Order: sequence, then C-alpha cells, then structure tokens
Amino acid sequence: MTEPKIQIRDLYLRYSDGKEALKGVSLDIQPNLITVAFGPSGGGKSSLVKVLNRLIDLSDVDEMRGEVRMGDLNILGKDTDVVELRRRIGVVFSRPIPLPLTIFENVSFGLEVAGMRDKKKLSERVEQALREAVLWDEIYDRLDDPAASISGGQQQRLCLARVLALKPEVILLDEPTSALDPVSTAKIEEFLETAKKDYTILLVPHNQQQAARMADKAAFFLQGELVEYTDGESMFINPRDKRTQEYVQGRFG
Amino acid sequence: MARELFERKIKQIQDEILLLGSMVEQATLDSVTSFKDRDIQTAKALIEDDQNINDKRFAIENAILILLATQQPLAHDLRLLAAMLLVANELERMGDYAKGIANNTIRLGISDLPIPYRDIEKMGELAVSMLHRSLSAFISEDISQALAIPHEDDEVDALFNKCYRTIVNGMIANPATIDDASLLLWVVHNLERLADRVVNICERTVFIKSGEMMEMDGSEDEVEG
Repeated sequence: MTEPKIQIRDLYLRYSDGKEALKGVSLDIQPNLITVAFGPSGGGKSSLVKVLNRLIDLSDVDEMRGEVRMGDLNILGKDTDVVELRRRIGVVFSRPIPLPLTIFENVSFGLEVAGMRDKKKLSERVEQALREAVLWDEIYDRLDDPAASISGGQQQRLCLARVLALKPEVILLDEPTSALDPVSTAKIEEFLETAKKDYTILLVPHNQQQAARMADKAAFFLQGELVEYTDGESMFINPRDKRTQEYVQGRFG
Repeated sequence: MARELFERKIKQIQDEILLLGSMVEQATLDSVTSFKDRDIQTAKALIEDDQNINDKRFAIENAILILLATQQPLAHDLRLLAAMLLVANELERMGDYAKGIANNTIRLGISDLPIPYRDIEKMGELAVSMLHRSLSAFISEDISQALAIPHEDDEVDALFNKCYRTIVNGMIANPATIDDASLLLWVVHNLERLADRVVNICERTVFIKSGEMMEMDGSEDEVEG
C-alpha cells in the first residue's frame, strides 16, 4: 500500500451551537485515487472538507481535536501557514463563485497574488489550467469577457481551473456538479478521471450514482461517524454495514 | 420513485420469475411424459408453447432493464436485479431443453431400442423438484437451501451415467439403432443439463444474499440437442 497522502486520526469537531459534526473520524486518503465521502446531509462530509484546508477557521467551532497530517505537515497546527496550505489543498464548492473579473483574470488572480508577474508565464499557466479543466476549447477566444457571462457549467470549470493554476497536490470537491447539467457534470467527471493520476482527490458527490461511478475508495459518513470505508466497488455492490446497506438502497437519507 | 413502489415492482418481477419457473417445470414434465408415451401431439404443442416461455423471459428482462435504468439500484437491490436477469435467462434455456426433448420425441422412430424409461422419468422428476425448490430459495433468499440443493445434482448425474451406459450398450449390440439411440442420448443429456442450470440459480441466491460469487458443483461442459 502506498503512503497515504492525508492521514486523519480521531478527528472530533463540535460547532458552537453544540452540534457534533465529526465524532472521532480516522481515515487515510490515498494519493492518485478518487476518494468519495458520501452519506446523508449532516453526516460530517462538508465539515471534513472544511477542516482539510482550514476553511473551518471561519466557522464558530467550540471544540476540535485529533490529528490531520499531510506528510510532515500538521494541518491543524497553530503555526501552519493556511495560505500555503490552501494552495496545496484546493477546493471547489457546489456553486461556482467566479470573481467579478474577466475569465483570464479569474485564473491568473491566484498566481499574481502568489507573486507571478511574467505575462508570458501567466498566459501559459492560465491556458494549461483551462485545458486541464476541460474548458479551454469553449472559451479560448473570449478570455477577456467577464467570467459572469459564461454558463454555470463553464463557471464551475473556471473555478476548477482557478484551483489547478496553483498546482495543488490535493483537490477537494464538495458536490461540485450539484448545480450543473448532465453534460457539464460529465466534463467535470471526465476531468477527475484523468486528473487522479496527478492529484489526490476527495469528492463529496451530489448523488449516489455519482458516488458509485467515481469512487475508487468510498467513505460512508453518518451523523459524524465514519461507518464504512472500503473500495468503491465493494461499497456499492456489497456493503458490509447494515446502515450503509440501507442508505445505499435508499431506505433513509 | 418511492421505496414502496420500487419494492412493489421488484415483487412483481419475482412473481413473474416464479410463473416462468412453473411454465418450465410443466414443460419439462410434459416433455418427459410425452416422450415416454410417444405422444407426438403433445410434443408438437410443447414446441409451440416454448414461444410463451421465450416471450415471458423477454418481458421479465424488459421490466428489469427499466428498473435498472430508472432506479439505478445499488447494493442488495442491484445484486437482486442482476441475479433475476440471469435466472430469467437460465429458465429460458431450460425451456429449450424441454423443447429439445419434444423434438426428439417426434424424430424418434419405432425401432427396437432398450429405452431406460424409468430412469429418464426419475431424472425428469428429480431435476424439476430441484428447480422448484431452487426458485423458492431464490425468491426467499434462503441460503442454506441454495447450498444444499446442488448436492442433489450428483444423483441426477448418476442417473445420467446409468442411462448413458444402457444406451451406448444398446448401440454396440445393435448398430442399426444408432440414429435413434443418439436421440435418446440428447434426451438424457438435456435433463442432466437442466439440473446443472438449477445449480446456477443456487449460485445466484448465494450472490444476492452475501455478495459472494461462488462456483458450486455441477458439470459445465455445454452441448445441446
């Protein structure tokens, strides 16, 4: 077994409203695979995503303990450089949030913040990121148009390109296709399938079928607990835990 | 679709499988009886009725494909629907064995053959009994029955070997009967194969219940008549 990219140990999280979002979750996320975290809402998937790149810092948290490591980096460490962490671990959410800038600037923004000034280099990286996000062919002749002028599906891939431009190691996707049409959804999924050879991917799918389609590894979350964690095929054809069986067959959720 | 509606549709397909199973059971028993009685009339009717078995199989397949497409089931639901798809196919092929026996009834001349009627009848009864119980176990997901029934295939195989010996000895003793005797071989072969396919149904029952793909006993070399 390869060394896990991210190691999560006994992760506990309680928000200040008293809700326990994660109740001692331990999970190894493997590189070059798509790990799918699924389960009913309120299960802890989105909280986990927020913890992994420390967006959780923006929430009202009462208590968080446990350990989350990426190699030598202690993700939960007080001294951890969260800006650098978020470059290494990028995130895409369910609703595309393009910046009120041009298409080009949306992708180059992060690079410029990171200090890249060379116009030629910037152009190269933007094109590369847009190609990788399966968007280039659709918008290459209108890079100076406002990002808001393209379709929702294209905006979502633009947000993905924005993450990719920073050459992250890990990509977190929280229901990235829930607001997209089937064609745009297929394009994002196509990207994930190709990209997994270069990245570590954690996907919160927007439905069971996407979970079954995409999962190399699948983690079933229920009320803050990691109920079952196994390879995708076993999870969706022959789950072991009774609770997983019932959820996967749509008996609750 | 609500869960209840989905379960109702599954139940309907299960009922159709049981119905298809009973059509095959009846066809098999009738094919053996008409063979024994040299009842050409019934044999002809059986050949015609095989179309009903084929039609039912396609209707079941269609219903399953619609559920797969519209419900995209997973876990036990997925295993169950996949298994029913395969079992419908097994039953249709069993129907073909009965049809094959009916065909041979028509083709068999009135020659002086030693025909082991009693053993052939016994094979038919045994195979049909195995089939009947294997379908009950399949629908009720009774894993212990599904594991037990395949052992009875040994008895069918033993009868097959006994019949085979009798028929071949007849051929040796009287080479003029070889054409007709070879038809007899197909009859016993078809019954033996039917019992083998019962074993496949039992394998699917284990798969539905446990997710395990298990090969059980039952000879698998396929030839047909």
